[in-house]
Amino acid sequence: MAVELETPSAYVNHHMTHLTVGQGFWTVHVDTLVMSSALAALVAWVLWLAARRASSTARPTGLGAFIEFVYEWVDNEVGSIYHGNRRFLTALALTLFTWIVAMNTMDLLPLDAPGNVAGAFGAKFWRVLPTADINGTAAMAVLVLILVVGAGVRSKGTGGYLHEWISAPFGANPVLWIPNLLLNAIELLSKPISLAMRLFGNMFAGELIFMLIALLGLGVTEASAGGVARVGLQILLGSVWAVFHILIVLLQAFIFMVLPIVYIAMAEEHH
Amino acid sequence: MLAINATFIGQFIVLLVLLWFIYKVVVPMLAGPIEDRQRKIAEGLAAAERGERSLTEARGNADQIIREARERATQIVDQAQHRANEIVEEAKGQANTEGARLVAQAHEQIELDTNRARESLRREVAGIAVGAASKLLGKEIDAGKHAELLSQLATQI
Repeated sequence: MAVELETPSAYVNHHMTHLTVGQGFWTVHVDTLVMSSALAALVAWVLWLAARRASSTARPTGLGAFIEFVYEWVDNEVGSIYHGNRRFLTALALTLFTWIVAMNTMDLLPLDAPGNVAGAFGAKFWRVLPTADINGTAAMAVLVLILVVGAGVRSKGTGGYLHEWISAPFGANPVLWIPNLLLNAIELLSKPISLAMRLFGNMFAGELIFMLIALLGLGVTEASAGGVARVGLQILLGSVWAVFHILIVLLQAFIFMVLPIVYIAMAEEHH
Repeated sequence: MLAINATFIGQFIVLLVLLWFIYKVVVPMLAGPIEDRQRKIAEGLAAAERGERSLTEARGNADQIIREARERATQIVDQAQHRANEIVEEAKGQANTEGARLVAQAHEQIELDTNRARESLRREVAGIAVGAASKLLGKEIDAGKHAELLSQLATQI
C-alpha cells in the first residue's frame, strides 16, 4: 500500500477519506462520482443488452430472462402500490433498485482491493461505495422529493396542492394554518431525509464493520499462534459479515425502491 | 463526513441520465414484448379453456345423439315386428276367407252338377220308361196324355 497504515486509526481514517478535488462546497468526491457513473453505465449497458433480446415470440434465456424477471417483479411491486399509469414509476423503481444494488455490491469487494487498484493509477484515497457517501444517497432522495411535490401538484393543481399545505391535516381554520404548514413541512422533509440517511447509514456502518474486522489481521507479520488465530478470525468474521451483508445490499435497495413509490402514491391521494 | 458538496450535483446528474435512459429506452424495449407475451399467454389459456368446454359440449351432444339413435332404432325394430305380425295375420285371414270361398264354390258346383245330372237322368229315365212302357203295351203312349204320370215317375227317381 502506498500510504503508511501501521496503526488501526490510520487504517480506518485512510479508508474513510474521499479522493477529492476542489475546496469548500465545490469539493468533488472523485471516487464517488467515478464509481457511481461507471456503475450507472454498467447497469444501463446490461439492461440494454437484455432488453434488446426481448421478443414476444422467442423464449427468453439467460441474461434476458433474468432481467425480464427483475423488470416484471419491479413492475408488479409498483403496480401493487400505485394504481394508474405506472410506466414512469416502474422506470424510476427499476433505476433506483438496479443502481443501488450495483453500488451497494461494491461493499462486498475485498476492502483494500479497490484502493490498491486506484493507487496503481496514482490515487491516494479511494472509497469504493457511493452509497456510503451522503451526497450519493441525498441526490436520489432529492429527486424523490421533487417527484413527490410534482405528483401532488399534478393530481391537485397548484392551488389545490398549496391549499392542502395550510388546510390539512387539522382543518382549514386560519388559526390552524401555521400548525398545518409546520406539520406538512416536517412530513414532506422527513421522507427524503429518512431515505437518504437510512441507505447512507446502513452502507456506512456495513463498510465500517468490514474495516473493524480487517483490523484483526492488521500488523500480523509472522506465523505465530496468535497471528494465525487473528487472521483466521478475520477471515471467519469477514465471511459471515459479507454473507449477511448480501441481505443488506438487496434489502436497502428494495426499501429505497418501494418507499418513493409509496410516497408518490400518497402524494396523489386527496385529503 | 456528512458534508453535502458539489458531489451531490454530479450524482444528481448521473441519476437523471440513468433514469432517462431506463425510462426512454429500456422500459419500452421490455414492456412491449412482455405485455405482448402476457396477452398471448392469456389468449392461449382462454382458447384452451374454450376448446375444452366445446369438447365437453360435443361429447354431451354425441352421447345424446347416440342415445336418440338407439331409441329410434329400437322403435323402428318394434314397428317392423309389429307390421310383420300384422301382415302375417292379414295374410292368414285372407287365406282363410279365400279357402272358405273356394270350398263354398266347389260345393255349389258339385250341387249344380248333381242337379244337372239328376235332371238329365230323370229325363232319360222318363224317355226309357216311356219307350219301355210303349213296347210293353204295344202301342204309342201319348206323352201329353201321360205327362202327369211321367213327372210323378221322374220325381221318384
